[in-house]
Amino acid sequence: MANVLVCIKRVPGASGQILLTEDEQAVDARHVGWTVSPHEECAVELAIQVAAATGGAATVLTVGSSDALEQLRDALAVGCAGAVLVEADTQHFGPVDVAESIADVVRAHEVAGTTYDLVVLGNDAADTGDFQVGVRLAYALERPVLTGISTCEIDGDTVVARGDGPDGLEVFEVPLPAVVAVMEGGVSPRYPSIPGRMKAKRAPVETLTDSRKPVGSGRVRLKLPPEQPSQVEILGAGADAAPAVVDLLVKLGVVAK
Amino acid sequence: MNAIIVLVEPEAQGASEVSRETLTFARDLAARAGGAPVHAVVAGPAPDEAALLAHLGEQGVATVHRAVDDRLSAYAAAAWAAAVVDAAHSASAGIVLAAGTPRGNEILAHVATRLDVAMAANVVEVDGVDPLVVTRQVVGGSALEEMRLDDAVAVLSVAGHACDPVPVESPSHPEVTTYSPTLTDTDLVARVARTEEAAADESAALTSARVVVGAGRGAGSADGFKDLLELTDLLGGALGVSRVVTSLGWRPHHEQVGQTGSRIAPDVYIACGISGAIQHWAGCQSAKTILAINTDPDAPMVTKAHYAVIGDLHEIVPAVNEELRARLG
Ligand SMILES: Cc1cc2nc3c(=O)[nH]c(=O)nc-3n(C[C@H](O)[C@H](O)[C@H](O)COP(=O)(O)OP(=O)(O)OC[C@H]3O[C@@H](n4cnc5c(N)ncnc54)[C@H](O)[C@@H]3O)c2cc1C
Repeated sequence: MANVLVCIKRVPGASGQILLTEDEQAVDARHVGWTVSPHEECAVELAIQVAAATGGAATVLTVGSSDALEQLRDALAVGCAGAVLVEADTQHFGPVDVAESIADVVRAHEVAGTTYDLVVLGNDAADTGDFQVGVRLAYALERPVLTGISTCEIDGDTVVARGDGPDGLEVFEVPLPAVVAVMEGGVSPRYPSIPGRMKAKRAPVETLTDSRKPVGSGRVRLKLPPEQPSQVEILGAGADAAPAVVDLLVKLGVVAK
Repeated sequence: MNAIIVLVEPEAQGASEVSRETLTFARDLAARAGGAPVHAVVAGPAPDEAALLAHLGEQGVATVHRAVDDRLSAYAAAAWAAAVVDAAHSASAGIVLAAGTPRGNEILAHVATRLDVAMAANVVEVDGVDPLVVTRQVVGGSALEEMRLDDAVAVLSVAGHACDPVPVESPSHPEVTTYSPTLTDTDLVARVARTEEAAADESAALTSARVVVGAGRGAGSADGFKDLLELTDLLGGALGVSRVVTSLGWRPHHEQVGQTGSRIAPDVYIACGISGAIQHWAGCQSAKTILAINTDPDAPMVTKAHYAVIGDLHEIVPAVNEELRARLG
């Protein structure tokens, strides 16, 4: 039986143009909504699969504002059994602070009788892109850590995990308890069922408060990348443009005349 | 003067391109920091040591710290980090760099944790050296962050293509110091047990193709790829897709182009029904010529492309196929 803790982060949905807040300290999410990154959607899916395969339970955790309850409920709706909200003013949190906040919960739950054999996270948060919370968490808990993992399963006391490496798919076999940072692509996150949604609404969420004095992130300010002026040449509209397309492909040397 | 040390990733022909970019980046940083020497650290197997050393000389490296230990035969991030930390100490390095690759970022995260200092991932520019302020990519490259690094040692990864790898005018003859890093059993627990080839081969066709036909949500459904596949065939190219396409299960993940898929650099990329989100752009921006086919003239893929056709791909692609068949005879 493996108990899994999966850590997620509420982030602005930002696949297109983004705006910054006036103080340049955050992304203005008023018009883009909130989500979790694809890495974390896959981490949740893996956590549920591992828990189900071993008869254990998956618990979802986030460190942030109470608005992140929305993302916790989404994870409960797809099959996480429990949820933990660590309320904190994360505006000034850096990766060290987030890792220590999560480590505190893992230790406290251990004292209370629940050991997380596996802690899974996203490889890097979609907003801050620090690439280090999983690693720092592992050192704080004195556990081995793998990053860039696309699939994993438990075999006895070992986690067998796979991830893309420079020469192909790398396989790791690491003793539990361990920390795994997940890269999207290995599994397809499931959609919630209606009963799942109903259950998630009523599920209790353990709420803790973290009022540590943060180490911080070193952020001075955010800025937007310089706009590149468009230099596109429009070849035409609709099917009528086909000859112009083929002319171009000939000119570029990828079609023989 | 404190040295700047760069973790270099070897590959078949010497040092990887992103490592060479990082060495150039380090040289510029060193010049701004009053002429600090640039050192390199290499751990694990290198297919061609001579070519590697030649690349490091081309980049003006003063000293190479070459970690040797049989236990470094298979990749283990913690062991690589131990090797970097030892080299950084013996070089009295004030700044530790690596390329912002999956391994570079992973190893530096271990290094920063071991040194109990901050790490800046995917840096594109140095704004100031005293105090050290860098600009790095956040939100997948949609935004940039100015970050201040105040610790005794600054740890930073350099984003791919932040600069070109520029050789120095006359190559240096780096002094090579071999050493055996202090490794504990714990450092070797999370190591590669074996490598399975299959996955890499599946995307090889995509990354080596001269022409890539890209398809996004605009394909409409799993059945919407017939004409796109025919176009791919007619051009002797490969199909690449957006994440929407793989996450809806229309096409397999190994065809995905982007930040979390393959990075491609074909002669021509024909992006059909793809909006051009920054995470997709990260994977296709190295294409020599981009032709966008999209119903929306304001889609980022259209405005960033070299050429575009506005309209429904389900009308345009079959017409292009017909024209191609006619001309190819
Ligand atoms: C951490 C992270 C990693 C990511 N990694 C990747 C990645 O590796 N690769 C990737 O692609 N995305 C990635 N994404 C997702 C990315 O943000 C976008 O959501 C995705 O690229 C959008 O795919 P799309 O362009 O197919 O769909 P959409 O954004 O929905 O765009 C569809 C486009 O098709 C056009 N269109 C619609 N119908 C037609 C038609 N009939 N004919 C012509 N045009 C039509 C529309 O005008 C629109 O421009 C990642 C996101 C995150 C947060």
